[in-house]
Amino acid sequence: MSGVHATGVVKRFGDRTILDGFSLDIAPGEFVALLGASGSGKTTFLRILAGLEDHDGGTVDAPGQRTVVFQEPRLVAAKRVRDNVLLGQRPTAQHRKAASAALAEVALAGQERAWPTTLSGGEAQRVALARALVRRPDLLLLDEPFAALDALTRIRMQALVADLVHEHRPAVLLVTHDVDEAILLADRVAVLQDGVVGVEVEVPFARPRRRGVAGFGDLRRRLLAELGVEETIGAA
Amino acid sequence: MSAGTLAPGTVASPSETPRTVRRRPPAVTGRLGDIALRTSVPVLLLGLWAWGSGSGRIEERIFPSPWSVATTFVDLVRTGVLWDNLSVSIGRVALGFVIGGSLGLLLGTLAGLVRLGDQLLDPTLQMLRTIPFLAVAPLLILWFGIDERPKIIIIATAALFPLYLNTHSAVRNVDRKVLEAGRVFGLRGLALVRQVVLPEAIPGILVGLRVSLSVSLLALIVAELTNAPKGLGFLMTSAQQYYQTDVLVVIIVIYAVWGLSVDLIVRGIERVLLPYKHLGRSA
Repeated sequence: MSGVHATGVVKRFGDRTILDGFSLDIAPGEFVALLGASGSGKTTFLRILAGLEDHDGGTVDAPGQRTVVFQEPRLVAAKRVRDNVLLGQRPTAQHRKAASAALAEVALAGQERAWPTTLSGGEAQRVALARALVRRPDLLLLDEPFAALDALTRIRMQALVADLVHEHRPAVLLVTHDVDEAILLADRVAVLQDGVVGVEVEVPFARPRRRGVAGFGDLRRRLLAELGVEETIGAA
Repeated sequence: MSAGTLAPGTVASPSETPRTVRRRPPAVTGRLGDIALRTSVPVLLLGLWAWGSGSGRIEERIFPSPWSVATTFVDLVRTGVLWDNLSVSIGRVALGFVIGGSLGLLLGTLAGLVRLGDQLLDPTLQMLRTIPFLAVAPLLILWFGIDERPKIIIIATAALFPLYLNTHSAVRNVDRKVLEAGRVFGLRGLALVRQVVLPEAIPGILVGLRVSLSVSLLALIVAELTNAPKGLGFLMTSAQQYYQTDVLVVIIVIYAVWGLSVDLIVRGIERVLLPYKHLGRSA
């Protein structure tokens, strides 16, 4: 339970340097959102933490027990929902019980024997979330897990993640390009610019959070400006 | 390049079976009407055959009547001749298929999974598969004599390639993203193969199984036409020598039923291994 310490991380693809001395710490139980434009390397950093990608320089310390929720559910079509949740674990009675409990937590109680192909996009993503939580990870990696969901499902899913993270208290890295989402969920927001963390902001709002809370708009505008986006429509 | 230009049911990737096939609306609605319409042409053909034989327009020596085919069939069954030969043929296909099929499955999995295996095996197998296996039969007979061996080898060779090709591409085309998820959740090596790769590849492997079983039947027919002391092919050759067209027709029908059974068997396996296949959402 030592959290994440990444110092001076370098990652190159060919002659493009994606991460150029990138440093980020996540304390145990802390929720950090990493914002960045597409192609900025935020997913690359998450993949390095997940052990799916090597880095070309710097040091990365991450807890051993880490799990990922990807943008797509990535379920095995030939396995029932419970076996997907148990992927990589022995199907002991104890694990099965834990899987059922995890499914209940994501509001899929009783769906243990369903096939992934019969689920909606939101349901499948909830199975993926249960699969990530059932292992009681020290580090939960969320790679734009809401990006492919419709707007209504996304709001429900964000609330669900907030609740479950609050309960389980893993360290969390959420990679996203959605500024609102980052502010709503994270303790701290980091913006990835030119291969390094350009700006880091502690989110000052008490939980539970709502979009309309005083200061939300200002923080949102500030972060968008850091991302190079001016959000005024119809001014001309 | 809008998605709207693709008609529904159009599937680009050969590894995926189309889930929605758009059917034209039936000319006659209702279940009974549908069945009646679908069976009408075969029934008409049978009727024509019976009428032609009965009225003497079809010469019995050239093409036997339905009833003489039926009596011959009953005779062949009662005397045990049919089962004697059929069981030998089934045994040959079973042995040849088990050898060739499992080799195809094994090599296909290996070449699909491991880069070294792919480099070592695939070019050679792709090259060999262009040789029509029937063309090799005479050579095999010269090498291995006229006993059981060349027959089994012909059938095994025929069964190997469809399973190899389909397994190879099914294993290779397993969604890399799902594989990655398996790795994140601690699966490595054989466990990853068993828990993710093979389950995901089953639909493709079953396509190979179906083709492989059908081709085994073709190989059986060819293998048995030369110097078989027993088997359906032997029955055919001797019937041909004695001009027993009724026996020939009986055997042709048996081959047809055989082919049909293969389809039913694979469908049964599909139902057991892929129970989710028919449950999919249309989205």
